[in-house]
Amino acid sequence: MMKFRFRRQGADPQREKLKQELFAFNKTVEHGFPNQPSALAFDPELRIMAIGTRSGAVKIYGAPGVEFTGLHRDTATVTQMHFLPGQGRLLTLLDDSSLHLWEIVHHNGCAHLEEALSFQPPSRPGFDCASGPLSLARVTVVLLLAAGDLAALGTEGGSVFFLDVPTLTLLEGQTLAPDDVLRSVPDDYRCGKALGPVESLQGHLRDPTKILIGYSRGLLVIWNRAAQCADRVFLGNQLESLCWERSGNTLVSSHSDGSYAVWSAGAGGSPVTQPTVATTPYGPFPCKAINKILWRNCASGDHFIIFSGGMPRASYGDRHCVSVLRAETLVTLDFTSRIIDFFTVHSTRPEDEFDEPQALAVLLEEELVVLDLQTPGWPAVPAPYLAPLHSSAITCSAHVANVPAKLWARIVSAGEQQSPQPASSASSWPITGGRNLAQEPSQRGLLLTGHEDGTVRFWDASGVALRPLYKLSTAGLFQTDCEHADSLAQAAEDDWPPFRKVGCFDPYSDDPRLGVQKVALCKYTAQMVVAGTAGQVLVLELSDVPSEQAVSVASVDLLQDREGFTWKGHERLSPRTGPLPWPAGFQPRVLVQCLPPAAVTAVTLHAEWSLVAFGTSHGFGLFDYQRKSPVLARCTLHPNDSLAMEGPLSRVKSLKKSLRQSFRRIRKSRVSGKKRAANANSKLQEANAQLAEQACPHDVEMTPVQRRIEPRSADDSLSGVVRCLYFADTFLRDAAHHGPTMWAGTNSGSVFAYALEVPAAAAGGEKRPERAVEAVLGKEVQLMHRAPVVAIAVLDGRGRPLPEPYEASRDLAQAPDMQGGHAVLIASEEQFKVFTLPKVSAKTKFKLTAHEGCRVRKVALATFASVACEDYAETCLACLTNLGDVHVFSVPGLRPQVHYSCIRKEDISGIASCVFTRHGQGFYLISPSEFERFSLSARNITEPLCSLDISWPRDTTRTSHRLRESPKLSQANGTPGVVLAPGSRDGSPGPARSKGADTPEPPEATLSPMSIDSATSADTTLDTTGDVTVEDVKDFLGSSEESEKNLRNLAEDEARACAVLIK
Amino acid sequence: MKKTRNLPHTCWQGCTRCQTGSEFGAEFRRFSLERSKPGKFEEFYGLLQHVHKIPNVDVLVGYADIHGDLLPINNDDNYHKAVSTANPLLRIFIQKKEEADYSAFGTDTLIKKKNVLTNVLRPDNHRKKPHIVISMPQDFRPVSSIIDVDILPETHRRVRLYKYGTEKPLGFYIRDGSSVRVTPHGLEKVPGIFISRLVPGGLAQSTGLLAVNDEVLEVNGIEVSGKSLDQVTDMMIANSRNLIITVRPANQRNNVVRNSRTSGSSGQSTDNSLLGYPQQAEPSFEPEDEDSDEDDIIIEGNGVPQQIPKAVPTTESLESLTQIELNFESGQNGFIPSNEVSLAPVASGTGTETRAPDQKLLEEDGTIITL
Repeated sequence: MMKFRFRRQGADPQREKLKQELFAFNKTVEHGFPNQPSALAFDPELRIMAIGTRSGAVKIYGAPGVEFTGLHRDTATVTQMHFLPGQGRLLTLLDDSSLHLWEIVHHNGCAHLEEALSFQPPSRPGFDCASGPLSLARVTVVLLLAAGDLAALGTEGGSVFFLDVPTLTLLEGQTLAPDDVLRSVPDDYRCGKALGPVESLQGHLRDPTKILIGYSRGLLVIWNRAAQCADRVFLGNQLESLCWERSGNTLVSSHSDGSYAVWSAGAGGSPVTQPTVATTPYGPFPCKAINKILWRNCASGDHFIIFSGGMPRASYGDRHCVSVLRAETLVTLDFTSRIIDFFTVHSTRPEDEFDEPQALAVLLEEELVVLDLQTPGWPAVPAPYLAPLHSSAITCSAHVANVPAKLWARIVSAGEQQSPQPASSASSWPITGGRNLAQEPSQRGLLLTGHEDGTVRFWDASGVALRPLYKLSTAGLFQTDCEHADSLAQAAEDDWPPFRKVGCFDPYSDDPRLGVQKVALCKYTAQMVVAGTAGQVLVLELSDVPSEQAVSVASVDLLQDREGFTWKGHERLSPRTGPLPWPAGFQPRVLVQCLPPAAVTAVTLHAEWSLVAFGTSHGFGLFDYQRKSPVLARCTLHPNDSLAMEGPLSRVKSLKKSLRQSFRRIRKSRVSGKKRAANANSKLQEANAQLAEQACPHDVEMTPVQRRIEPRSADDSLSGVVRCLYFADTFLRDAAHHGPTMWAGTNSGSVFAYALEVPAAAAGGEKRPERAVEAVLGKEVQLMHRAPVVAIAVLDGRGRPLPEPYEASRDLAQAPDMQGGHAVLIASEEQFKVFTLPKVSAKTKFKLTAHEGCRVRKVALATFASVACEDYAETCLACLTNLGDVHVFSVPGLRPQVHYSCIRKEDISGIASCVFTRHGQGFYLISPSEFERFSLSARNITEPLCSLDISWPRDTTRTSHRLRESPKLSQANGTPGVVLAPGSRDGSPGPARSKGADTPEPPEATLSPMSIDSATSADTTLDTTGDVTVEDVKDFLGSSEESEKNLRNLAEDEARACAVLIK
Repeated sequence: MKKTRNLPHTCWQGCTRCQTGSEFGAEFRRFSLERSKPGKFEEFYGLLQHVHKIPNVDVLVGYADIHGDLLPINNDDNYHKAVSTANPLLRIFIQKKEEADYSAFGTDTLIKKKNVLTNVLRPDNHRKKPHIVISMPQDFRPVSSIIDVDILPETHRRVRLYKYGTEKPLGFYIRDGSSVRVTPHGLEKVPGIFISRLVPGGLAQSTGLLAVNDEVLEVNGIEVSGKSLDQVTDMMIANSRNLIITVRPANQRNNVVRNSRTSGSSGQSTDNSLLGYPQQAEPSFEPEDEDSDEDDIIIEGNGVPQQIPKAVPTTESLESLTQIELNFESGQNGFIPSNEVSLAPVASGTGTETRAPDQKLLEEDGTIITL
């Protein structure tokens, strides 16, 4: 007996081998829009686009499914990127003035992005003096010459350096100092002043010896590298940007006063002082600078002038605009976020006479917008990827696996009816480089995201490119305050400038009550339920045709005439009455409103029984949406729980309030966009400091951080919050008869199980007879550790979870074993327990918190298929903890299988946003706009597999070392991709947790307790409004604060330790 | 009412005394009870009052345990305990409350003072050793214990805290710190978790077994090294109903000296701890073994809460038996000055316990307390 008990589970080699075949951890791909983009590049030959970010990530996109990701070793902003055309190589400039050469290399037929070389400007004397003209310290512009073999670097000092790109070595002696240029300039222009930084470098398309150099002060020089002399000199105003027309005969320059000038570069020797045309497009009042200007000519004889900025300073100085001018047509594209950069897709072959721009791509802070310039009206082209997930902040997400083809087609068609141009979208997307080698996904996966503005977006999550399919808006059902604002704004808009709203990023929510809290979809009946912040529970059904109908409204009082409680929170939403028009797609059928209108915290749908269950912080209810009548309402409030009653607007503790305010402030700054990493850092510290002040005004500096050890008591605040709801057909009352049951778990460790009397549907009929559903309380389980119940699932006689409604009856899943021997798995934040049914007795349990000190945040039952054997699969419990680790447990034995470090523990919204799929994958937000996809399964991995046709000599002498082998271990926002070996967890705890001891530590996992990296991502992640609890935030603040204190403790203990030593 | 040996396995003798005024008077009653269903203390109390026809007199009820100690019966737990120790007779003593002699309760009350009646009449008679004054315990249960004395290094102490209900908080705080360890590479500074504060009046402080700056090494058999402060906090809270902390006390002068004669409680401690816990504090012990005290409650349709039983009942009780040990501020080698003792309610009587608390501890000179 003793031998048995103390035998280590992991010792079995057979099992170890099986584990390796089942489980493997990979972070595979980042979906969505890169957070904080800072640079853009386009390779017209390969038709691939690169986006660089402030965290040093480089992402290359081609055709849908073609994606490459790289991460610079230093977390520095990528300021410029230039493709070596056709070579699949990319030169990046960071804001520390280092240059990096990236290349796409093929391993086993698949392409990866790797850093090949890097170049740090030399810092020897003579070069070092930052203000001197010969300093390379601040590179302002980069120009690639001679098919990318040579790079010209313009600097702040006004010099132009030349760099051999294949080796990234500086070509000494070719440097063009400002003095060389000044010799060609008339004396009166010189007048002892410097030329200023090099603002622009442009190459001639056909004559590689000519470079157009623009200096900040306004001097434009066409420099002939062969003759080492200036061909032409133009004297202009304070310069912002330059563009050389393809024939080389015309230049266009943009200036800081909001004007642009066109210069003729034909024959002539003397310096030109007057441009042929100079206009201030949005004058006559003072305008802001035109930051970038492009000139593209067309076969029809006219030309495009595309520029950013230049808006009238007083009236529209805060707009983010790009103006497109062709002949007499001017359109002012009005974006909702800051413009980073833009480019046109046009012909770059030297022999062509015209640019013929096809498309304009504008990279904004929060999205990428592509306009089709060949179609009249320049419509926007829907992007097949890079979708701004956060166009309204994501509030919840859900994944639906194995979507039936029929439902998929209906959702796609509903989405096509929504977007104005369904047909041409695929063909006109201009960025088409590379080939996607990934196999067609074997099954369709649907990712649903709920948003703050009351929308639910449907994404195709089957492959690498996360494609928007359909958008469901629930706001139309309700009367909101801000309805008239839009129409007023439209009317007030003048004709000039001719604004056109472009892009979908909209950080402003009309009414926070519309926010979607929970979503559930039945994939067989195409019914779904959307539950929101004001206690609204909406049952919808997919319809292929538009309709006009009234929605029946019911309200359920969850307080159940408890007295002494007053709700001080928001009002419930008032629904519109009467028939309302609904477009094709999901159309509301029934609206249930909870009273008091607290945010819905759990929802579940059983389409077979036509039942929806919902829970708030006050209780839970059950609603029969076929008969449109409530079945059950139960209050879960503890009598002492006054906090829950007051609603979200007036929390008792001012600490919580101040927390929220602090974060709200941070969030605002995030949206405004103009923010550097350091700035964010200080903001966060400021918030921390403020919090600390309010929490304990005096001795925050003096006392080291400490934690109070007190057991959880029954009257903790918010104990009545319903955390999970579950429907199951199982044995609740006796072992002879199984039947419908509903389970609810609360924040205080209570589980309520109801036996339901659902009238059986007539044979063959879909609808059940019109008789009332009844619910009888069958069992009530109180977990003595009182931790919140995170999930409930019923396991059948073979230990497998019950299939979803309709799954078994439609032969899509193996029928459950209904011979009895069922068990219920209850996962709390601290423990997992399996109890037998119908007589509840404890079967197995695992006390995660007691063993590991971590708490459960998310759990899901997932099926893991083996890589070695086609038809072997195990169902396991995947669990994400508050430390960001993912654990996998066997079911129903609850034996730990593997664990991996997945998310940084500081990334609370990343942890809160995590969603697992049914087949061992998962998603979490790494920034407000990006989902990281990870895989726990060794077999089911969705990762980019693509190739590019690259033509360049591979035998170049490379003196450098490989800096990075696999891009998969890193992540663009700097999360260390530490992968713990799938070690046995049953061993002694010390060695098993030796993080990074036997795995290489990635360079960005710094030891400093509060690196800038963590601060920025902490800041940026805070503005998703996922269900981050106050406790999460306290944890988080504590940990950053704590590390500071630890340092102090170390110092203190040093003294103490010495004393011990003396003894 | 006065029955004898009617029921086959429940034979009782109710030996009762009644004192009225300063006069001594005793009445003796004998009656029987169903041993398997003793009922509640209130019922028993009512029965006694009825038997002695003193319906409105407040009385103290005591019984003689197998060691001859006079122990009180004042709640369900110790009442059940008393019934379970009846062998087959249970001797019960009743005193009027206002004249009760509290000091009569305690160790060896019935063995050493052969004549109980004399003792009761003249409590100060022939008292050779200073007697511990135990206030009348209202709830008779263990609070804390030192366990595994023999398998731990002498510099370590494994303390078990018992948390019942919420009436008294555990009452301590932990913090991060660093300690110096001897490693193969010489002395090394390693991060550690330390007790930073004891809440006055809290459980931790009242036991005297934990002190500020004690380093926490293990929580319920799991090493804390490599874990963050928050993890350790969560581990302790998750185990708070049966918290076992292994500490390296900051004050190393109160350590248990292993070479001294082990007897009494520390000897038993060895056996019990071997039963209940693996020697090396392996975390691989089965989770099922840890706690029977944390059974969840099920309320079936009839509305009566019950503890959820284990699906596969284990035949052996693996529960580590409670050791009651006391920590004294002063006194030497087992001689306890009666005025110095800060003693938390000590005894055992919960339904899950299967043994009587070892009350002989204080009488034997092979004490584990060294100063």
